[in-house]
Amino acid sequence: MTQHTPTSPQRQMTGAEIFVRSLIEEKVDIVFGYPGGAVIGIYDALHDISDITHILTRHEQGAVHAAEGYAKASGKPGVALVTSGPGATNTVTGIADAYMDSIPIVVFTGQVALKLIGNDAFQEADIVGITRPITKHNYLVRDVNELAATIREAFYVATTGRPGPVLVDLPKDVMATKTVFSYPKTVKMRSYVPHTEGHQKQLDKAIALIEKSKRPVLYVGGGTILSNAAEELTKFARKTNIPVTTTLHGLGAFPESDELSMGMLGMHGTWYSNTAVNYCDLLIAVGARFDDRVTGKTDAFAPEAKKIHIDIDPSNISKNVKVDVPIVGDVKKVLQQLLPQVTALDTKDWIQTIKNWKEEHPLRYKNGKYIRMQHVIQTISEVTKGNAVMVSDVGQHQMWMAQFYRYIHPRTHLTSGGLGTMGFSLPAAMGAAFARKDLPIISMSGDGGIQMNLQELATIREHNVPVKILIMNNGYLGMVRQWQELFWRKRYSHVEMFGPDYVKLAAAYGIPGFRATLTEEVDDIVKKMFEIEGPVIVEFKVVKEENVYPMIPAGQTYHEIIDVPNEQTVPVNDEQETDLSLVTITKG
Amino acid sequence: MSTTTETPVDQSAHKHTISVLLENKFGALNRVAGMFSAKGYNLESITVGPTEDSSVSRMTIVTRGDDAIIEQIIKQLNKLIDTLKVVDLTYDSFMERELALIKIGTTPDNRSEIMQIVEIFQGKIIDISHKTVTVEATGSGQKVDAIIKMLKPFHIKEIARTGRVALKREFVGEA
Ligand SMILES: Cc1ncc(C[n+]2csc(CCOP(=O)(O)OP(=O)(O)O)c2C)c(N)n1
Ligand SMILES: [Mg+2]
Repeated sequence: MTQHTPTSPQRQMTGAEIFVRSLIEEKVDIVFGYPGGAVIGIYDALHDISDITHILTRHEQGAVHAAEGYAKASGKPGVALVTSGPGATNTVTGIADAYMDSIPIVVFTGQVALKLIGNDAFQEADIVGITRPITKHNYLVRDVNELAATIREAFYVATTGRPGPVLVDLPKDVMATKTVFSYPKTVKMRSYVPHTEGHQKQLDKAIALIEKSKRPVLYVGGGTILSNAAEELTKFARKTNIPVTTTLHGLGAFPESDELSMGMLGMHGTWYSNTAVNYCDLLIAVGARFDDRVTGKTDAFAPEAKKIHIDIDPSNISKNVKVDVPIVGDVKKVLQQLLPQVTALDTKDWIQTIKNWKEEHPLRYKNGKYIRMQHVIQTISEVTKGNAVMVSDVGQHQMWMAQFYRYIHPRTHLTSGGLGTMGFSLPAAMGAAFARKDLPIISMSGDGGIQMNLQELATIREHNVPVKILIMNNGYLGMVRQWQELFWRKRYSHVEMFGPDYVKLAAAYGIPGFRATLTEEVDDIVKKMFEIEGPVIVEFKVVKEENVYPMIPAGQTYHEIIDVPNEQTVPVNDEQETDLSLVTITKG
Repeated sequence: MSTTTETPVDQSAHKHTISVLLENKFGALNRVAGMFSAKGYNLESITVGPTEDSSVSRMTIVTRGDDAIIEQIIKQLNKLIDTLKVVDLTYDSFMERELALIKIGTTPDNRSEIMQIVEIFQGKIIDISHKTVTVEATGSGQKVDAIIKMLKPFHIKEIARTGRVALKREFVGEA
């Protein structure tokens, strides 16, 4: 309860008070935000509310990524609150990110008073217009009497169906107007009725295909995690003996310790998962959307396979790849429907074939005196055994984190997959830390991406948020450098970068900071960072020109896959390493 | 989206007339028009107006695309939160009308010829001055195209067209 004096239900409240009461009704316990003139009334109403923790980020983009991280890690909607104009426009990247990755967040923006809208008023921006194509839905509240119902609807839309970001724009005068507060118990929208159950006719067709299949593959996407269906998926795969590959966002939906697991597929997927997809006779897409980073050239993707596609969003179906049996519905519901209707398949030969492929083409790298990111990630994987929330940024380290960490549980791998937003990791990990106090939270960024939301170190320090902040410093915008090396004749155009002394930077923020430059230091430093309670910054100086493999170049087919070359020559600090040892790992 | 970038006129791209019922809410037209431009769909015309139910608007959209694109357009329209119903009228029997105002510069000798054409098309002269007549033409898009074509040889000064409105035909009899 709030610390207000008890009120009769008839008491008049300002829009700002109604806003706060509505959030409490929605069981929002944390808001990431940043105040300003247009929301000063709302901040006043928040001031003495103990039910809601407000975290003052250091940039509105950080607030939205934090809300995303919170939502991804917890499954509950994330909430951000910002002021009008620049506060609102600063949220755009985060909102677009949440839209691409279907993350349920509700972003509240202040707006100038209704009568000033359109007048180029101070700190006015048409944020509803700006965010229309990057929100699932958005609202401008024009009447305080519609405020509570709009907030109710906003949370409902954000969290149901295919989740996504919803923005609610709150004009200053509306929030100062008084009315009686009553929060709607239910939401009924005649124009929005997501349907969740799979059609039995479609299920029958799917079952018929499954029963006939000799070489099936489950291609599992983030929708499976969004719908909290990891358990059902795991049961389904084990009951039917169907091998599983996941997308970047599907990591964690199926334990990568299971022999049915093939790890990630796609551009930087494992050799064997892509091979299995290429030769499978049935592909079951579960909450995945046939993204181009997965399919490469679409007409050569899984060319021999019949395709079943389970997705809550009808517009995902046959958008990129034509499928044989679409099943529109919530992944969890559909799998629950399918589970009792499927039987064990005899896939022994197929699984054996995949096992051979795993042995012939494991993930691998050459380790040596100087640090490889793969080694750091593998070390953390061995120490945490899947019991950590791994939050990557965008670039080479992101792909290695997908490859070399063994994911066991859903909602333990957070990344910006759809939009590929550098600067995601630090604030998202911070948000995740508020959601999962039971697990270590690891934020990993490149030396490029860490600079993009570095300001949140202050927020992390202020609240002593226990995020282990790993900076993988290769001195390059590594992923762009890799493309320049492979496809642009090694003309390194504007990818080499100066960076600060991260240990001193850590000290400046009052956060313990360490640096590792040699492979032999990795074990100790990983141990140490887990021993320290609260935030830690570790800079890993890593080899400069290592490439991520396997790789299917953009828009190409499985047949153009580049497996890990046997001779990766890696210039390190102008010194050639001689004593290299081959390290291999396989998923499953 | 397909990645083909060959000929600009795709032979499989048929014209479709799609009727959409939406919640009559602020910005609804923007959501639909914005979706078309964001996804790069063709939008030949779009009209919007109230219906018998004041809380509902009807939008009539004329677009072009191959079957896969039309399927996506319909799905994307349905995906908009304010959408109540989407019907592709193309495969049904439907009635469609468009209205055009055509202002033509005249000379004393060609006025009667213009009036004859207007009469054949069952149009109306709704304004007349010493140097102009303004014609109102209604009918199917084709009919409106035809009258404009017939009037082309004269000096057309301005045209305003409404875009198409359409409803499904209920009568099912011998064709
Ligand atoms: C905001 C943003 N700007 C640009 C890019 C393009 N981009 C993708 S990966 C990458 C390099 C990232 O470098 P770094 O953070 O050092 O990570 P590394 O690849 O070296 O691991 C860039 C610039 C992006 N994804 N996001
Ligand atoms: Mg880098």
